[in-house]
Amino acid sequence: MSENPNVKTIDKVVIRFSGDSGDGMQLVGNIFSDVSAGEGNMISTFPDYPAEIRAPQGSLSGVSGFQVSVGKEVYTPGDQADVLVAMNPAALKTNLRYLKPGGIIICDADSFTEANLKKALYKTEDPIEELGIDPNRIMLVPMTTLLKNTLADSGLDNKSIMKCKNMLALGLICWLFDRPVDKVLAKLKAKFAKKPAIYEANEKVVNAGWDYGHNTHAGISTYRIESDAAKPGIYTDINGNTATAWGLIMASEKSGRPLFLGSYPITPATDILHELAKRKDLGVKACQMEDEIAGVCSAIGASYGGHLAVTTTSGPGLALKSEGIGLAVMAELPLVIVDVQRGGPSTGLPTKTEQTDLMQALYGRNGESPICVVAATSPTNCFDMAFEASRIAIEHMTPVILLTDAFIANGSSAWRIPDENDYPEIKPHFVTGDMLEQGWKPFHRDEDTKVRYWAIPGTENAMHRVGGLEKDYNTSVISTDGPNHELMVKTRREKVARIADDIPLLELEGAIEADTVLVGWGGTYGHILSAAAELNSAGTPVAVAQFRYINPLPKNALEELKKYKNIIVAELNTGMFADYLQMHLPGKEILRINKIEGQPFMVKEITDGVKKTFTRTTITKHHQNTTKSQ
Amino acid sequence: MTTQYTASNFKNEQGARWCPGCGDHAILNTLHKAMAEVGIAPKDTAVISGIGCSSRLPYYMNTYGMHTIHGRAAAIATGLKTSRPDLTVWQVSGDGDGLAIGGNHFIHALRRNIDINILLFNNKIYGLTKGQYSPTSDRGFVSKSSPYGTTEDPFIPAELVFGCRGKFFARSFDVTLDVTREIMVAAAKHKGAAVVEILQNCVIFNQGIHSLFTDKETREEHVIHLVHGEKMIYGKDKNKGLVQVGFSLKSVTIGEDGYTLDDILVHDAHCQDDTLQRELALMDGHSLPIATGVIRDVDGPTYEADVEKQVEEVKGKKGFANLREMILKTHETWTV
Repeated sequence: MSENPNVKTIDKVVIRFSGDSGDGMQLVGNIFSDVSAGEGNMISTFPDYPAEIRAPQGSLSGVSGFQVSVGKEVYTPGDQADVLVAMNPAALKTNLRYLKPGGIIICDADSFTEANLKKALYKTEDPIEELGIDPNRIMLVPMTTLLKNTLADSGLDNKSIMKCKNMLALGLICWLFDRPVDKVLAKLKAKFAKKPAIYEANEKVVNAGWDYGHNTHAGISTYRIESDAAKPGIYTDINGNTATAWGLIMASEKSGRPLFLGSYPITPATDILHELAKRKDLGVKACQMEDEIAGVCSAIGASYGGHLAVTTTSGPGLALKSEGIGLAVMAELPLVIVDVQRGGPSTGLPTKTEQTDLMQALYGRNGESPICVVAATSPTNCFDMAFEASRIAIEHMTPVILLTDAFIANGSSAWRIPDENDYPEIKPHFVTGDMLEQGWKPFHRDEDTKVRYWAIPGTENAMHRVGGLEKDYNTSVISTDGPNHELMVKTRREKVARIADDIPLLELEGAIEADTVLVGWGGTYGHILSAAAELNSAGTPVAVAQFRYINPLPKNALEELKKYKNIIVAELNTGMFADYLQMHLPGKEILRINKIEGQPFMVKEITDGVKKTFTRTTITKHHQNTTKSQ
Repeated sequence: MTTQYTASNFKNEQGARWCPGCGDHAILNTLHKAMAEVGIAPKDTAVISGIGCSSRLPYYMNTYGMHTIHGRAAAIATGLKTSRPDLTVWQVSGDGDGLAIGGNHFIHALRRNIDINILLFNNKIYGLTKGQYSPTSDRGFVSKSSPYGTTEDPFIPAELVFGCRGKFFARSFDVTLDVTREIMVAAAKHKGAAVVEILQNCVIFNQGIHSLFTDKETREEHVIHLVHGEKMIYGKDKNKGLVQVGFSLKSVTIGEDGYTLDDILVHDAHCQDDTLQRELALMDGHSLPIATGVIRDVDGPTYEADVEKQVEEVKGKKGFANLREMILKTHETWTV
């Protein structure tokens, strides 16, 4: 490959691949992301796919998208794309709104047939004009023709040939952004290891795409994408669900407790089950149960048996598990519940993202049943928070709900594979021989932390029964005594509250000295951080407080927030975390930015929201001229 | 080294709080004795129950145990046994807990053939909620929630077990202590999901529901106790027996109508083909005597053992020391 004289260097680029849900856009997107990560770029991906596995070909409802941002300081997949790849007129129509003004479109010119235009509900025969696209910004590539010519002698049937069309787009994008084709081919070779003929065809098509760009548009600029200096180490590309699965395994290794998963398939959480089912090679027992309830209940059985016990689900499944979680609250057993949030209520928007299970996680059980709730902020942070959820569950003998969401669960980032000693030992709160000799009862507890002791079946002289009925504080036998019940309710509440002594303090970021703090929780972190950076450089300084620990809150959280004149909570619901904070900060006005469209925030929506909030509260002028007084 | 246990090793100091005269007292005492006979240490035994009168049972054991939530005992027991195959796990459920709210877990525990011993106390009534019909109440049964009689057919627990390709089914009455103990021991020795149906009397809400089979005057003519390898004989004078006619069973009197002892069927609980066992289990005590004892007891692969085996096989083949090594060996990585 000769050096292109027109190579421009850019900090980051956002590319959106779109096509039929059977067109292989997710594969193309993943390969491009992986190769970019391998080149040292930061990456953030956003697969945006329909709930239907294969909607009618060419239809608007069947369009599947994959957006990726690569480069320096990448915290989100980007609001809008610099380059949109659209494999058919339907994809062009539905995805145009995700393209930046002035962005480039790459289209399969051959797909603009009468039938396809009709299926995508165009009114005229010229979709480019109809959509108001500047003809100079669209590259019409005869992909199908090129594909057929390239594979004319391959011996493949037409259907197999058409399946390679995505590789033409991939080759073209690799040329445009100077990605090493050999690394793309290495990935394809691994994927099609058992189908050499298919690999060969894909190889030819990728090269044909690259050559097409190189030969036809030699005058056009190509781009070299910049990289950040990353912490030294060995890296891999990871999505949030895999990170969650691996974080649980790390917690199992650090606690010495074998890992048990009881689960039931549900979008978008199922990939955690898939990954842990593979990890029998690390001793994990992952069981697909008959329903959500059996998922949590089998985990409770395994927890009683001394395992790190986990159940994974999404919102509707969490609802079904409520009674089981209540049992774990009452029996004071360690249990990790992962809720990969999706659009609700009911079946809602199964493949789309939302943060609407917060109240369910905090309060969705009968009786007084407080539990620990934590949330992950990014695909890679899922690893840390799965580890933390497990640590807290095991060390504090309580169920812990980990909230992630479809956006970070499916999105991926480059991740430094941790060393052995990057994570602390987890110390199970076991009953000791001395305690057993001194007349231990199952609900005796450490009076500092209120945590009871874990006695594992098989232990001599520790035979005991637990269950859903209230127990006497001292004797641990069934009790319906009123004052005792109140004492037990308060004790269980206090136990969860005191977890605050064992979690990190809230660390504010951004312009900490500003008057205004932009607050978020969980998977909105990248967007909030990017919004704060934009606001700061635009002369509207804001601090950022992103919450990972929700119940209990970090010990310093409320004091820190109180220091700010303006508290703005941005979240993908109608204001659940804002309400929760309001409860803890009575008398303090909590401003809100909300979105409930099944899609992650756009950075612009947050920056606009902040500006609008300022206008509404007429604090802008005052704010811009002062900094926060300590 | 085997330790000898007595019933008292499995009994705890808490007094059982069932109604005086409840069949559960006898079943509890029999379970203590059966466990002693089985000889598994209390520390290696766990009893898991759901909700209902019978589900209070774990509180009266000196073993590990959980009194859980309504209907979920089988799912919890499945998790415990899968994670800890070294433990002997018993499940205690009533007909409501096990077959109504817990019906799904019941059938799946059987389908998986998880090695738990399920004690199904069947009194055909909801006792703890004070007298509603249950999924085993007969059609037309009058109760507080069916004042004009039910308009639905009952489950016959055995039929569900056979429908799930269950590998062990046995039956007894709360008052036939020896039979109950015998089948509890057999269930414990069986590898796989074992269902022990104990027809039990609720003195308060369903007094006498099984009296035809438990009263001295009638029981011998209406109950047959099956023993593997022995002739299917019953009756006050031990002169009645079961023969096969076509695909059906028939009760005959030995010495009458040309039937001799040689014509009487011999019980085979270990026959993999369940056709005859199923017929025996479905006898309702009216036209044909109701059967007690171990009706079916055949081997099959158990869930927890196969999970364990698969884990060991895959672990051995791949040989990863830990998570980090697995990632490095199976995922694409790059060094910064």
